[in-house]
Amino acid sequence: MAGLAKALRSEAGRGYTLISPALAYALVLLAAPLLTILLFSFWTQSFLTIDRTFTFANYQEALTDPLYRALMQRSLWIAGMVTLVTVVLAFPVAYFISFHVRPDRKSLWLFLITIPFWTSYLIRVFLWRVILAFDGPVNGSLMGLGLIDEPLSWILYNANAVVITLAHAFAPFAILPIFVSLEKIDRSLLEAARDLGESKAMTFLRVTLPLAMPGVLAAVLIVFIPTVGDYVTPRLVGGSGGTMIANMIYAQIFDLNDRPMGATLAVLAMVIVTLVLLWVVTRLRAWLWLAGTSAGAAAVWLVPTVIVAEVAVIWALFTQAPALIGPIPALALLAGLTGALSVAILLRLPKGRFGI
Amino acid sequence: MTNAPIITLNAVEKYYGEYHALRGISAEIGRGEFFSLLGPSGCGKTTLLRAIAGFEDISNGHILLDGRDMEGVPPNKRPTNLVFQSYAIFPHLTVVENVGFGLRKSGLSVAEKRAAVAEALDMVGLADFGGRAAHALSGGQRQRVALARALILKPKVLLLDEPLSALDKKMREQMQSELRRLQRQVGITFILVTHDQEEALIMSDRIAVMFEGGIAQLADPQTLYRRPASRTVAEFIGMMNFLPAKVTTSGGGAVAQVPGLGAVHLAADQIPQGVPSGGAEIGVRPESLTVLYDGQPAPEFGADGQVTEVTYYGDMTYYDVLLDGAPRPVSVSMRNMLGRPVLDRGARARLAWDPRAMVLFPVAQTRP
Amino acid sequence: MTLRPLTLFAGLYLLVLYAPIVLLPLFAFNEGTVIAFPLQGFTTEWFGALLDTPALHEATLNSLIIAMSTAVFATTLGLFAARAATRYRFPLKGGIVGFIMLPLVLPEVIVAISLLVVLMQVGINPGTWTIILGHTLICTPFSIAILQGSFSNMDKSLEEAAIDLGETPLSTFRLVTLPLVMPGIIASMLICFTISLDEFIIAFFLSGNEPTLPVYLWGQLRFPARLPIIMALGTILVVLSIGLLVIAEAMRRRGLRRAGLEDTGGFL
Repeated sequence: MAGLAKALRSEAGRGYTLISPALAYALVLLAAPLLTILLFSFWTQSFLTIDRTFTFANYQEALTDPLYRALMQRSLWIAGMVTLVTVVLAFPVAYFISFHVRPDRKSLWLFLITIPFWTSYLIRVFLWRVILAFDGPVNGSLMGLGLIDEPLSWILYNANAVVITLAHAFAPFAILPIFVSLEKIDRSLLEAARDLGESKAMTFLRVTLPLAMPGVLAAVLIVFIPTVGDYVTPRLVGGSGGTMIANMIYAQIFDLNDRPMGATLAVLAMVIVTLVLLWVVTRLRAWLWLAGTSAGAAAVWLVPTVIVAEVAVIWALFTQAPALIGPIPALALLAGLTGALSVAILLRLPKGRFGI
Repeated sequence: MTNAPIITLNAVEKYYGEYHALRGISAEIGRGEFFSLLGPSGCGKTTLLRAIAGFEDISNGHILLDGRDMEGVPPNKRPTNLVFQSYAIFPHLTVVENVGFGLRKSGLSVAEKRAAVAEALDMVGLADFGGRAAHALSGGQRQRVALARALILKPKVLLLDEPLSALDKKMREQMQSELRRLQRQVGITFILVTHDQEEALIMSDRIAVMFEGGIAQLADPQTLYRRPASRTVAEFIGMMNFLPAKVTTSGGGAVAQVPGLGAVHLAADQIPQGVPSGGAEIGVRPESLTVLYDGQPAPEFGADGQVTEVTYYGDMTYYDVLLDGAPRPVSVSMRNMLGRPVLDRGARARLAWDPRAMVLFPVAQTRP
Repeated sequence: MTLRPLTLFAGLYLLVLYAPIVLLPLFAFNEGTVIAFPLQGFTTEWFGALLDTPALHEATLNSLIIAMSTAVFATTLGLFAARAATRYRFPLKGGIVGFIMLPLVLPEVIVAISLLVVLMQVGINPGTWTIILGHTLICTPFSIAILQGSFSNMDKSLEEAAIDLGETPLSTFRLVTLPLVMPGIIASMLICFTISLDEFIIAFFLSGNEPTLPVYLWGQLRFPARLPIIMALGTILVVLSIGLLVIAEAMRRRGLRRAGLEDTGGFL
């Protein structure tokens, strides 16, 4: 007992004692449930009875059935577009606040940007339905200005509407981390780059942008993860062409009463998120590494080109190849190619620059 | 009893996992003494101070405070108080509340507490600052509040962790003399941790020089400066020239043959680590060498050389002088006085030296 | 001036950001029953209708109970965990804290479905309690993030100084630590409260037949006739949220001032 008492008094002991309630809570309410759905995903259900024989049937179905494939594809596409739009639009704003707003006003700007995020998510999303509606303010003012003759149909009840609405909902999430990393940049570094002969634009590309990358990465993660699993927006503004994976998970559980399939889709969603994030991190690391080598300025343009090309190849493999060589071989090819590249980057390139 | 030490450190050791932070520290610190722990960062001086205060458990050995073993006694039960490097002024309290913080359980009446706080503030020269919010204080004022807050409890030992390092040079010099005055006034033992050798020399009765978790030398400032126990100590405190020497034993002392100077006779107290069997070096401080000017009488010990570098400091001039036959120049400092010209680079110079101002160390010694 | 286009962009961005919220009161006070332009006359009828909807009152009460419980539980867990994370070193700390923070990077639908499946399996009926459990899980990371800031802004030697001056660890916590992290605690409670109040997916999956306010709202969105009332409710919610936020921000700034620090940024 004395030994135990002493161990509890030690620094590590006190740390463990203090963190144990939160840890126990997370173990019971997070780890255990996640393991449970993992288990469920290998079971099957007919009506109300659950068959506990271990099987890959759910995964087989989820990965080959065109309906599920289309759903996952669309979820990824929408989340990717939302992330792209959000981050690309957020960067200039974060840059503006960090570099052009008076220091004593920065706090106010950040506050203004965070306020809408804290107001009811449901109502905000619903209001986008109003804004984008065929008799809504967007169409109204465009027609009023004589720019269009009839209401735009491509802005509501489809994937575009989901992208617009989610990009709006996650805007502050993207601005804050980028702003933080921009604030950390020592301003004399920029002056040093100018002093060493770089133009303003190249200083931005070779100094500011690489140093802001940790923030951009954080923004990508923070926006991408919740949007992949969003339920409300596709239901409210997505119509039938904007349904995403969370809607299917809900349908499996509550409407179709197929909990194992719902669990399988949830596990797949997690796996996809993890893979996409791994992909983002490795490609970003490759870029930063190249920008730091003698390739320097060339890498700034070269790597994005390569990345865009790779995305195109991945997309082609995912959408076109199943028809030619079958869905499972296509997925295997996809995983093999991108996985090998990711592993190569992880193993060969020095880690830790800017924490990426 | 009053001559017994207030603090006895007996083979104190501290491990952080594998790292040996304190390697068997033994020392006695007297009542009313101004004692300094001096050393480079990472030498263990702060760890030792925090061990005395009770914030670090020691791995082996004993710390006796006024004859009582402090093993297992928490910091709030020890008759010591600490002035933190950051001062640790409670930002949510006023100056008065900060200074009176430790009186909560003293059993004094409100009026007595108020008087005690006023007295303490007066002592550190902040009599009019009582109502101020803590965050409205300057660095020097925070320092004084921290002192008043610790001294109000009349500790047997006041511990100061680099208390002046956050102050600018002028403020630091002012606080040095003020701390010294305060210590004499209250008569409490002060233990000061510092990495600033000048600060330690100015303020302390005795100094323990620490390197890598051990005490390299414990002595009064003059002894420390004039008779450093090792080359590491000599290099850490002030500047010193080292000249290669060939040594032969002679009675209780030694005779060193130094190129450029000739034969140097050394007494036993100038050879702190014993007569080296291998290579040896003579150490001499720049101010113990003197450049002789035209017309000055010939010294008992002299040497000739050439000035290779002149660095002018205003009140002082430093010369690098390459003595004839010496392998490398020695640094010589001269006070610039009326009628004493500054030599030019390349000029010939005659130096006077004194064997009593020299110490002998072995070459390539391992650190203590 | 080279910064003109950027300023213009930032201004437009802010405008779009606020567009939906600006529309809300327009429709809430609009006489027409259709949520569309052009607006008709001014009315406060919809706000009045809020008072005669018992189901709404029940859902609101439910939400308040859940949000308050969540704020207390998540902040309590967060307080201990944040202190452990900022003050102590121990093996596997990074992994443990990372795991507790995991809900931040999990799509909420995953948290919701996994909790639901477990509850169904164990045979517990979903309801108010299960929502509190789920919300506490997702709010604890926010609480930890906020309180970690409070603890790391606080000089560690302040606590040591109190102990050195004779206080016990317990009284030190009461006299020094608590007053200094109190603004963080309040900010954490407010933010957890707001998150819980607004959270939909977990509540939707776990509510059973005791809907929370968002779940009730969701049900009402299907009925066009109810929409103006929803707009009125939304207006009230937005005003309340902004009010809470302003208080939270004021608390945060006060905390910084108390700790004698300069303001360095906003939330999170």
